[in-house]
Amino acid sequence: MAHDTAHAMHPPTATGLDTRKLAIWTFIGSECLFFATLISNYLVYKGQSLVGPLPHETSQCMLHGQMATCEPIFEIPLVTFGTAVLLFSSFFVVLALNGAQKGNRKQLIGWLSATVLCGLFFVGMQVYEFYHFFHKGLGYTTNLFGSSFYTLTGFHGTHVTLGVIWLATVLVLAIRGKLPPEKALNLEIAALYWHFVDVVWIVIFPVVYLMR
Amino acid sequence: MSTIAMGHAGTEAAPAEKKGLWSWITTVDHKRIGILYGVTAFLFFLIGGLEALLIRWQLGAPDKTFLSPEAYNQLFTMHGTTMIFLGVMPLSAMFFNYFIPLQIGARDVAFPRLNAYSYWVFLFGGLVLNASFLFNAAPDMGWFAYANLTSKQFSPGLNVDFWIIGLQILGIASLAAAVNFFVTIINLRAPGMKMMRMPMFVWMSLITQVLLLLAFPIITVALVLLMLDRNFGTHFFVPSGGGDPVLWQHLFWLFGHPEVYILILPAFGVVSEILPVFSRKPLFGYAAMVFSGCFIAFLGFGVWSHHMFSTGMGPMADTVFSLGTMLIAIPTGVKIFNWIGTVWGGSIQYKTPMYFALGFVAMFIIGGLSGVMHASPPADLQQTDSYFIVAHFHYVLFGGSIFALTAGAYYWFPKMTGRMLSESLGKVHFWLMFLGFNLTFAPMHILGLNGMPRRVYTYSAGMGFEFWNAIETAGSLVLGFSFLVFIWNILRSLKAGEVAPADPWHGATLEWSIPSPPQEWNFAVEPTVDGRDPLWEERRAKGGTLPEPERVSGAGIHLPSPSYWPIVTAFGTAMTLVGFLMHVTLWVILAGLAITMLGIFSWAFEPADH
Amino acid sequence: MALRTPSLRRVARWVPALCVALAMLVLAGCSPDGYPQTTLAPKADFAELLDKVFRRSFQLATIVFFLVEGALVWALFRFRGKPGDAEPEQTHGNAMLEVVWTVIPAVILVFIAIPTIQTIFKTAEAPTDNPLVIEVTGHQWWWEFRYPEYNLVTAGDMHVPVGRTVDLRMTTGDVVHSFWTPQLAGKRDVFPKRDNRLWFRTETAGLYPGQCAEFCGTQHARMAFQVVAQEPAEFDAWRTGLAAVGAPADSGAPAPDSLVAQGQQLFAMKGCVGCHMVTAVGAPTMVGPNLAGIGSRTMIASGWLPNTDENLARWIMNPQAVKVGVLMPNLGLNDEEATALVAYLRSLRVAPAPAAVATTAAGN
Repeated sequence: MAHDTAHAMHPPTATGLDTRKLAIWTFIGSECLFFATLISNYLVYKGQSLVGPLPHETSQCMLHGQMATCEPIFEIPLVTFGTAVLLFSSFFVVLALNGAQKGNRKQLIGWLSATVLCGLFFVGMQVYEFYHFFHKGLGYTTNLFGSSFYTLTGFHGTHVTLGVIWLATVLVLAIRGKLPPEKALNLEIAALYWHFVDVVWIVIFPVVYLMR
Repeated sequence: MSTIAMGHAGTEAAPAEKKGLWSWITTVDHKRIGILYGVTAFLFFLIGGLEALLIRWQLGAPDKTFLSPEAYNQLFTMHGTTMIFLGVMPLSAMFFNYFIPLQIGARDVAFPRLNAYSYWVFLFGGLVLNASFLFNAAPDMGWFAYANLTSKQFSPGLNVDFWIIGLQILGIASLAAAVNFFVTIINLRAPGMKMMRMPMFVWMSLITQVLLLLAFPIITVALVLLMLDRNFGTHFFVPSGGGDPVLWQHLFWLFGHPEVYILILPAFGVVSEILPVFSRKPLFGYAAMVFSGCFIAFLGFGVWSHHMFSTGMGPMADTVFSLGTMLIAIPTGVKIFNWIGTVWGGSIQYKTPMYFALGFVAMFIIGGLSGVMHASPPADLQQTDSYFIVAHFHYVLFGGSIFALTAGAYYWFPKMTGRMLSESLGKVHFWLMFLGFNLTFAPMHILGLNGMPRRVYTYSAGMGFEFWNAIETAGSLVLGFSFLVFIWNILRSLKAGEVAPADPWHGATLEWSIPSPPQEWNFAVEPTVDGRDPLWEERRAKGGTLPEPERVSGAGIHLPSPSYWPIVTAFGTAMTLVGFLMHVTLWVILAGLAITMLGIFSWAFEPADH
Repeated sequence: MALRTPSLRRVARWVPALCVALAMLVLAGCSPDGYPQTTLAPKADFAELLDKVFRRSFQLATIVFFLVEGALVWALFRFRGKPGDAEPEQTHGNAMLEVVWTVIPAVILVFIAIPTIQTIFKTAEAPTDNPLVIEVTGHQWWWEFRYPEYNLVTAGDMHVPVGRTVDLRMTTGDVVHSFWTPQLAGKRDVFPKRDNRLWFRTETAGLYPGQCAEFCGTQHARMAFQVVAQEPAEFDAWRTGLAAVGAPADSGAPAPDSLVAQGQQLFAMKGCVGCHMVTAVGAPTMVGPNLAGIGSRTMIASGWLPNTDENLARWIMNPQAVKVGVLMPNLGLNDEEATALVAYLRSLRVAPAPAAVATTAAGN
């Protein structure tokens, strides 16, 4: 058993999986429970609000200090578009990763930029949506729907934002030429996180926006 | 294990051990971090024990006014919270840190700097939680913090906020550590160490990490929702806005029940290491031990509502959760029988670690049996929230976890410090602890069944509770004294204890193949493993004795560099969350976030090794 | 590696004596005598149902305890190693044995599970035998009892007739509490905006203490109550008496200069009326407990302070000293005022005097 001690720091792992990749998968597994709890919280309080506005129904609510009739809050077309953009970004990051692995810098930087832009668009859409909902009478503490909706989607939005920061950091590295093919894993890990954030939205979108 | 070729790397003088405070602050060595966890957790454990003694003194006689109701409520809340989050969990983390890499034949954990980060976050969390005493605002609503007592209306002070923020910080530490140990165990095993060859302690630790990963996000969300209720005016648990206090109970116990196994599974692991070594016989039913551990963990997520039988969930829910809970008794029973099977037919060496491990088995049986009793909702309707429950969980958490962790401390102390603990003081410690423990907690069964509720700061004369409470208080003093013996034993040994050989107990696992204490790089040459008890197999192959491993120079071995970014990032993390403590202090949050981001980026772009 | 066999033997000599002493202590401890709040001497149907399940599980647990601990202790003595012992046989397990000790616990559990499930469903059934409905409301830190059938409300003492099922509908005015009278029924938590049920029927008149079992704040320990189980005639006398307290027909107004009249005036002047009603019929829930019948209740300050004049005076003069954290403020009463107020409160009694209660309590 004469192992070369010079390689002791980076031995082949017991599973063959890269350690950092396994770590991000583990973290994602844990995060699933985080979002599962938030989604459960939303579902538990679905239809339990004491006053409007409500997601899909016209309702009585307080608007500018007086009782009023509130329109349904959700506007499906906008969020559907945002969902599509987020989905495409997952595809783009796959292309970027492919570029990174092949050492195709142009492909890498182009698609990674597109991914970051998509992420930024999604965050922007969410900010617009929150602003819009707020002016339609849905404050953070207006009712249980508002509180659980903003908390769930807000936490998701925070995750998207962190993902954008992460991918942007990798993008800067790529532009500076510090992401050669042997370091493509740095992008792959960020991409795994990004896919997870997308997948969570794939659950949130129908559960929150479409399910009545 | 075919070879442990320690001599090959050369025998010239090893580089001087790093010393001084700075070396501890910047350390990324899993062994040093393990010691930091151990010392810190033991200090918190002593604080928790002191709180318990004050509680016992107050209850020693009826209608006592030694403690005010407010003080009592703070003490029992902090006792529970401290023992769980700052005592037993980080004491387990000490063993995870120190011995998982050693037992799987690794040089360190998968992410040494993340490991340091976990420790510092844990330390800051513990300090924040205990800082509440300085503001006379220690948490006072029980470690379960049932809504809606925790709402701003009924708990206007900072007490609940300290608890929320303290736990939130501690949760981050636990999650970071859990990712780290999970990956370490899966990925850093030495060649030949298949999953079904791992030491049982590593197996139980692995299951514990899975439980941590899946349970802590739930309490994180619950704490966030509670914080939002208190600081931002939402109504998640506030009935006036449509919120449901029962949801808190569900979320809390969805976390809280797995948490129970997070506290006990490492103890199972420790005992499963010690019993075979001191019986000179392999663990009985290894595979059954592994699968029963997995089964317990799996079922642990499906039985949370057995903490809620008195809420009136309806007969169907009661039945399902009752049967699920009873099922857990089966794998737990398998474990107990296998431990007895391990001892059976052995040649029992009565050393101190064995005393505590056997004490664990004997006491855990009692806790397990009372647990089966309140798995039955009809019986539980009388027992829940009574002292019977207090007796039960102290038999599993003290008689279980603490006895096992103490066993582990005696077992591994020579490896960690290079000194032997005194056997005679150890046995005095054991008998005092065993006696004090039973005097303190056994009468609680009787009191609970005779109607004494939990969490009461006093009771009236004439209820019949006087005699046993007095006995319990006397017992708690014995119990407290036993720990003074333990501390004396440790201090004495550190100063002048007998020098420990590499393998004082004739151990079976890899940590005994290297010098005591291990050198910074653990294994000069990566070991390979052929079976479950590698050292025993090697000893047999070599005719019964192994040469004492030599200390070697670490020339040519790459080790992770020390770093102060973990503590900086940990400080930023804690600061960000403290910003949510007093309503919302935006500048604290932003400054905390800035420090965290600075820490993460500096850490990410810092060279990892030297 | 000196094995300390002599010390082991010394310990062994103690074992039988210890076992006997332990068994005696446990037996003495398990006797419910002297524990008025015991779960082990059920006095109502609901509690008896629970007790049966408990006894079954306790018996089985005791048998398992002695078998398993016995096997463990026996092994510890039988297999202690001696210096120079050869390595014991290296067994790794025994599939047959392991199957057996997986199946046996499962079988034992079936014997607990069957009565458990039967009892769960039995206790979940709503009573149909013309029960007496009582609405129970937990407050920080006292219990309120409402009798819709008689349009009455009271606090602290819950009177029930023997021989008739009592159907409790329970909620809380503030935080979560848990209603527990161990001799009559198990615990049931009370939640805001929920209507939790519990029922029981006792055939034994007597005084049954109970207390809140869910931590509910500063004075959780002092949130007790008494269930006063009375023969139907006594119960009827109590409820008609309670209805008459404070009513104009009730022996008319007190003499203008009497202590009671002074107390009545103080009751209004000092603001007591702001939080307490002194009539029970159709009274709304106030901040403080309803005081109709306070003069003849067993306990004050929520079921733990004996209802003597001295205690009552102590309480009204400085409630925060007696029970810190209660909503009742210190009223700044002097001794004379307190005496008058106590006299007035004492006059708010249910006639006949609680002699009937006293005799039945003695029988308990």
